[in-house]
Amino acid sequence: MRNRYTKRTFVLELFTILLAIIFLVPFYFVVVNSFKSFSEILVDAAALPSEWLLSNYVEVWQVLDFPTAFLNSLIITVFSIMGIVVISSMAAWKMVRTPGKLSNFLFILFVSAMVVPFQAVMIPLVKLGGTLGLINSIPGIIIMYFGFGVPLSLFLYHGFVKSVPVEVEESAYIDGCSQFGIFWRIVFPLLKPITVTVIILNTLWIWNDYLLPLLVLQDTSLRTIPLATSSFFAQYTKQWDMGLAALILGIAPIIMFFLFLQRHIIQGITSGSIK
Amino acid sequence: MKAYTQRAAFSRRHRIVKNILSYATFVGPALLFFAVIQIVPFMMGVYYSFTSWNGISAVTEFVGLENYKRIFTDDERFFNSFVFTTKFMFAAVVISNMIGLSLALMLDAALKTKNILRTVFFLPNVIGGLLLGFIWQFIFVRGFAAVGDITNLSFFQQPWLGDAQTAFWGIVIVFSWQISGYMMVIYIAALQGIDQSLLDSAKIDGANGFHMLTKIIIPLILPAFTICFFLTISMAFKIFDLNLSLTGGGPFNSTQSVAINIYQEAFTQNNYGLGTAKSIIFFVVVAIFTLVQVMMTKKREVEA
Repeated sequence: MRNRYTKRTFVLELFTILLAIIFLVPFYFVVVNSFKSFSEILVDAAALPSEWLLSNYVEVWQVLDFPTAFLNSLIITVFSIMGIVVISSMAAWKMVRTPGKLSNFLFILFVSAMVVPFQAVMIPLVKLGGTLGLINSIPGIIIMYFGFGVPLSLFLYHGFVKSVPVEVEESAYIDGCSQFGIFWRIVFPLLKPITVTVIILNTLWIWNDYLLPLLVLQDTSLRTIPLATSSFFAQYTKQWDMGLAALILGIAPIIMFFLFLQRHIIQGITSGSIK
Repeated sequence: MKAYTQRAAFSRRHRIVKNILSYATFVGPALLFFAVIQIVPFMMGVYYSFTSWNGISAVTEFVGLENYKRIFTDDERFFNSFVFTTKFMFAAVVISNMIGLSLALMLDAALKTKNILRTVFFLPNVIGGLLLGFIWQFIFVRGFAAVGDITNLSFFQQPWLGDAQTAFWGIVIVFSWQISGYMMVIYIAALQGIDQSLLDSAKIDGANGFHMLTKIIIPLILPAFTICFFLTISMAFKIFDLNLSLTGGGPFNSTQSVAINIYQEAFTQNNYGLGTAKSIIFFVVVAIFTLVQVMMTKKREVEA
């Protein structure tokens, strides 16, 4: 019954498409006005531009030092995620394969950290980060992301490993394969679906994160895209023409990432939230 | 014989050492980073919350429960930020889950465009809260005004971010617009797990749409409610970026979330000790809210 396309389905389809268009209206306003002059925005924000100006983008690109901000965001996101994937998959596998009080205790410890709000650790973390030399350094913030990324990622891997049969690993062990060999050559490839989920969830979070970079990366040359965009706004408050172009530049990379991978992303979110 | 048992004992000990080493290599790195970045700062935070640390001086004076006393008796703004955040949380949880579930029910049907539509409704989730806040600031200030001029609807002609009441709903609107698509994805997954024959036989028995929804569909997807409520409660309670860029906590601090209040106490006012005390209270409240919610919805799941 679900698959029959009736008149009612058609009406429902039209209605949902209409909703989707209304849903997208904010993007229309931002895109259209980013190509207008400031005075034209004030006259009528709803109309299409009389002339599509690229000057806003050219100017913002330079003032923001967009390439630098983009590269910083990219380096931080990629290396943080690589580290998170490696350490949490290894730990989750070992914990599942070594049942006992210790593994149980550690699992509860990791998972309970998921209810700790960032604000509850940020103040001492800034002090500790200063002592350890993690402040104002890209490797420093990457290490912090390792620490914040582990609980959720480990939780997801833990749930997945439980469904992976142990027999292959045992026969490899009898054949004299080392633990590292077993994990990287046999287990890790089997974890691929959940690794995709872990990568997606962490990309959305780390790429968009604002507060941790704000606290840790004070040098202008180290700024990520959210930091650069926000300081731009603070400087040019209500200068909408430039501000909107900056917003479009800021959201373009992650939107493209999403559109290229949307099927995997939506699937990944699904498998990440429902076990 | 003795040599043999000695060797056996040695190899057993050898194996135990090997096992411990292997456990440490695999679990150690994750535990180390987690401990340094989260556990140690959390413990330090508990200690600092009993001091008058100002963030600069190394010497910190131990003041006992002084910070907590001050927060509970003499900090109206913190109290107000808690009231705002709690009200916001309730409004946001109800609205975003209602929208998310409705979208899921619509997109579970055999629509030809359902993949594109899912992508569209999910889109706001990939943009960070900070940039979304700036986007909507423009929509509220210029976009709504333009729509108001065209349609003459009073809804669009209000000073959305300039008034405490409308600013509150402004944040609710933007937050719901952002996360409803995320909830939709989770609800769709749950809906697809329902055995189709159950719905078919109910239809044959003459159940109408409303009865199907309340008596069959909702009870069967209760686990999705547990997850969605958990996610929305914790996201709404910790709201920071979106709030900061949309209203900055204004007008007159009426929309200042707890997270912003704590941030300002520590990093703008330099009251680090007081700030950590607030963050400990915040942690306790978030933990209680989310645990109570999970326990309540889980219990219903079992009954269903």
